[in-house]
Amino acid sequence: MPARPWSKRNGYMAIEVKVTSVLQKVTGAKLVHGEGSTVAELLSDLDGKYPGFKQQIMQEGSLHRFVNIYLNDEDIRYLDQLNTRLKDGDSISILPALAGGSH
Amino acid sequence: MPAVSVYIPTPFRKLTGNRQHVEAEGKDVAEVLANVDKQFPGFAKLVFGSGTEVPAHINIYVNKQEISSLQGVATPLHDGDEVAVIPAMAGGSADAPAAAPERKRIGALTAEQVNRYSRHIIMPQVGPSGQRKIMESSVLIIGAGGLGSPIAVYLALAGIGKIGIVDFDTVDISNLQRQILHQNADIGKLKAVSAKETINAYNPDVEVVTHEVPITSDNSIEIIAQYDYIINGADNFAARYLVNDTCHFLKKPLIDGSILLFDGQVTVYLPGKGCYRCLYPAPPPPGMVPSCAEAGVLGALCGTVGTIQATEVLKLILGVGESLHGRLLLYDALAMEVRQVKIRRDPHCVLCGDDPTVTELIDYDAFCGGAFGHTNEEEQKAADAAKAVRERAAGS
Repeated sequence: MPARPWSKRNGYMAIEVKVTSVLQKVTGAKLVHGEGSTVAELLSDLDGKYPGFKQQIMQEGSLHRFVNIYLNDEDIRYLDQLNTRLKDGDSISILPALAGGSH
Repeated sequence: MPAVSVYIPTPFRKLTGNRQHVEAEGKDVAEVLANVDKQFPGFAKLVFGSGTEVPAHINIYVNKQEISSLQGVATPLHDGDEVAVIPAMAGGSADAPAAAPERKRIGALTAEQVNRYSRHIIMPQVGPSGQRKIMESSVLIIGAGGLGSPIAVYLALAGIGKIGIVDFDTVDISNLQRQILHQNADIGKLKAVSAKETINAYNPDVEVVTHEVPITSDNSIEIIAQYDYIINGADNFAARYLVNDTCHFLKKPLIDGSILLFDGQVTVYLPGKGCYRCLYPAPPPPGMVPSCAEAGVLGALCGTVGTIQATEVLKLILGVGESLHGRLLLYDALAMEVRQVKIRRDPHCVLCGDDPTVTELIDYDAFCGGAFGHTNEEEQKAADAAKAVRERAAGS
């Protein structure tokens, strides 16, 4: 298990973010850390660290409908969507749809 | 008086001299059914049982739209309409009449079967009655490829009564890196045929039905209706949405799996309790999520994910354990980590939500932005226009 980074820097929460294969192209790693007190803030933070990140998953301020974000194991669609509040130690997973195959 | 064509499901064809379609007349569905009964006495009884209403396990479609979203048996008809009578999933109700999909009846197991399946039978969760349930079940596997292969093999070994395989492709050498249904000598053979040979070489008792066609909105209802459980090993988004929607309309459980690189996802959708569209309301634009042909996949990953799908079907058949229904299993082979996230029926889902707007099968190629080449000029224009909008929005 990777060590947790020092959290609560500058009053923000350090959040563990897991991304699947396709997004790893942008982040260079499958587990990254970001900061933000809401999902929206976290995504902006990640976009700053990994340019192009937001474009992969969002369009015009909302998530692509083939991308789901989970806070721990709950889909944020059923929480507060991009305004879902985060706390230290939370784990975020970003999951685009997969289809496999040859097309 | 409108003249219509009536599609007769396989279990009812013994009445209609094995005809798949019959001509009938009637101003609405009720009259047409009565007319078919007049031509083939006993038909009404098969549909209605001893009641006067269409029972819950029978769906009737007018031009592919289910009549409960129209005007029921009073739905008016016009010349040239097609009325399809499709039994839904059998089982559950004690008074399900003979109108259920034709089901193998297994009596006592033979000595050879007791031997073959002894490792199942000695488990309390299976026993001889559980093994019989397996042998009386039918499963449709979409795709005889990376996922379809381990699914088909393990279900064949378990003794599933009938396995349907949907695949129109031929075996290519690049398949052999992962598709355990096929071997070197099968290169160039139709995959569905190669699958059947492999399944029966393992277990001659399994009835294998090959559907050597692409699954489309013209045939998905007819094919899927014939089976109890549907397992998705499809390789593209259009087929996933098509199979999902069809399973919803026909009330069939769907065991869904997908893979890419070193990751896999698996879940189970039960009728009325969520669907693929609840999870992914819209597909990614073409090119945004690579296919295995573009990005690759670890061969062994197919075995892991496919076998989980086979396991989930067996659990549903036996009624044991906790189904993956309501959970999305995420398998990360590189980290060797398995996680789960919760999924649920979305009340806003356009297919299975509280106010569905998708009430019949749609054009899935256009929905997914033209994954396949189009022969229809209009469809091509629509797909091109959608693609142009996406490209402008993405700024590319």
